[in-house]
Amino acid sequence: MRYPFPVGKSDFIQGDEAIARAAILAGCRFYAGYPITPASEIFEAMALYMPLVDGVSIQMEDEIASIAAIIGASWAGAKAMTATSGPGFSLMQENLGYAVMTETPIVVVDVQRGGPSTGQPTLPAQGDIMQSIWGTHGDHMLIVLSPSTVQEAFDFTIRAFNLAEKYRTPVVLLTDAEIAHMRERVYIPKPEEIETVYRKLPQNDEEAKLPFGDPHGDGVPPMPIFGKGYRTYVTGLTHDERGRPRTVEAEIHERLIKRIFRKVLDHKDEIISREEFMLEDAEIAIVTTGIVSRSAVRAVKILREKGVKAGLLKLNTIWPFDFDYIEELAARVRKIYVPEMNLGQLYHLVREGANGKAEVELIVKIGGEVHTPMEIVERVVG
Amino acid sequence: MYLKSAYEIRDKYLRKDMLPTIFCPGCGIGSVLQFTLRAIDDLGLNQDEIVWVSGIGCSSRVPGFVNFDGLHTTHGRALAFATGIKLANPDLKIIAFMGDGDAAAIGGNHFIHAIRRNLDVTVILINNFTYGMTGGQVAPTALKGLRGTTAPYGQFENPFDIANLAVSAGANYVARWTVFNYLQGINSIKKALQKEGFTLVEFLSPCPISFGRRNRMKTAPELIRWYQKITVPLAKAKKMSEEELEGKIVIGEFADRDRPGLVREYQEYIKRAKKMMGWEQ
Repeated sequence: MRYPFPVGKSDFIQGDEAIARAAILAGCRFYAGYPITPASEIFEAMALYMPLVDGVSIQMEDEIASIAAIIGASWAGAKAMTATSGPGFSLMQENLGYAVMTETPIVVVDVQRGGPSTGQPTLPAQGDIMQSIWGTHGDHMLIVLSPSTVQEAFDFTIRAFNLAEKYRTPVVLLTDAEIAHMRERVYIPKPEEIETVYRKLPQNDEEAKLPFGDPHGDGVPPMPIFGKGYRTYVTGLTHDERGRPRTVEAEIHERLIKRIFRKVLDHKDEIISREEFMLEDAEIAIVTTGIVSRSAVRAVKILREKGVKAGLLKLNTIWPFDFDYIEELAARVRKIYVPEMNLGQLYHLVREGANGKAEVELIVKIGGEVHTPMEIVERVVG
Repeated sequence: MYLKSAYEIRDKYLRKDMLPTIFCPGCGIGSVLQFTLRAIDDLGLNQDEIVWVSGIGCSSRVPGFVNFDGLHTTHGRALAFATGIKLANPDLKIIAFMGDGDAAAIGGNHFIHAIRRNLDVTVILINNFTYGMTGGQVAPTALKGLRGTTAPYGQFENPFDIANLAVSAGANYVARWTVFNYLQGINSIKKALQKEGFTLVEFLSPCPISFGRRNRMKTAPELIRWYQKITVPLAKAKKMSEEELEGKIVIGEFADRDRPGLVREYQEYIKRAKKMMGWEQ
């Protein structure tokens, strides 16, 4: 098929543009959105490309409608995405929970800006880490990915679609205004170079009758999409394996919610992705995610030059969180530093993971700038 | 019109394992459901090509009782979800079964924008002036003076006229009946289901338990008599003065036009895009 952008070569593009191109290569054919800085360029690129690949790009009346539309599109069989920033992401939270409960594969991009409220629309922040994990109500499980470069914004978008389809769950791609608007060289692969996953469909009537069951034992039921004659009823109410509302029986609610947790947590080794840099012999560990990890790489190099045995752990997946791994790390280092662009969000997860085995210190930066390497170095060497 | 027995309709279209319904004695939702199923049956539509969508509330439980694909969504958002379903698979016909609060209060914005876009959907709207499932709070359609648990001294706000709102926003087909106008109701639904774009059939429907009880109409027959008193057919209303129409609700067919629907508009848009990019002549 013909693509509206060059494939099989590198291009010099913004993070938002990279996300749009990756989505199309991952098979996304439905985009619904509402303009918001700094995510608007994702929408603008989708508006330009989607009609050319026979996909849909539509500007909805608000963010609530945008996520609702992509959930509808997903049940009609399309890979679907929306993108927003903090305030819009807040509006999406109810329907994000609906997607968790109905096990609908969707990708939601949150390009973080300074908050709360309207805050700093044009400046980056990492203030939505907790919102991305815990924003919707009730016990729920989803996947959150966090890129730090424009290339990663591209690669993680493809991964977000694959994980959403494989585990029938919403996936949040948590980026920020810095990555969104920064231009970097990105390799745009040919379609045949990319692994794309498509959701499991029912193989027979028995499977189709259990749209919320577990016929394969992996916790992920095949998804009987609309219009195939399966006559599936989908509800956000607590439902049994057949999809029938069962709202008062404790055991049915527990079975459903625990499976929704299990289908992700049982595969967390495959889902969780991290990178280690000079961490083997480190006495000081810096744990970061997203844009800050780029300053942290430089900080580790400077610290090593100064004779400090520092290393970096960069978290590509921030949910599910590998608490056990952090505990192992804490057991072999003296201290963990968590630089992040908020007043402490990832810090809470790292501290819980460290479980008292190492001291964990937060390095705060808010107001719209990324930590400089020296700001991290100075805190470590005191 | 030949009317099949209700048993035949029930056996053909309802999910027996979901019965009985949650509806209270005297509720009008079952009647409107029957009208809709009769319309589908009369038209001979394919059950596998229809998706029922709903929001939250009593009327929104309907997709659970019918043997079709169905999406029971969040409060007021049915039409936003429907937009995704329809555009992602235009072969599907969509019926949105909604309540008055669902469509005109929390979902008011989605409602007017779905009409503006002329989304290809048939909305069957249950208007009973109240939030039945949550226990009888006032709805944005409640006429002045009507009581609800959140307006114990009588509604002091102005009501929405949903049908006229839909006409102004640009719907292709709009009709309003009471649940007792069953032939007109079924015919309107049939007409709506065959049209492109946004179509709405609104039904004034009795809710004796949550609404009637608080407004001195404890049974369905009392509500029927009240509806007969306050409704005026469109032809008659045209000859009446504004003062005479005060507190009355006009019923009939309000709009019947053929503007292109959203699906057709988007398909044209795709063609235009490819042409502008030089991909196609």
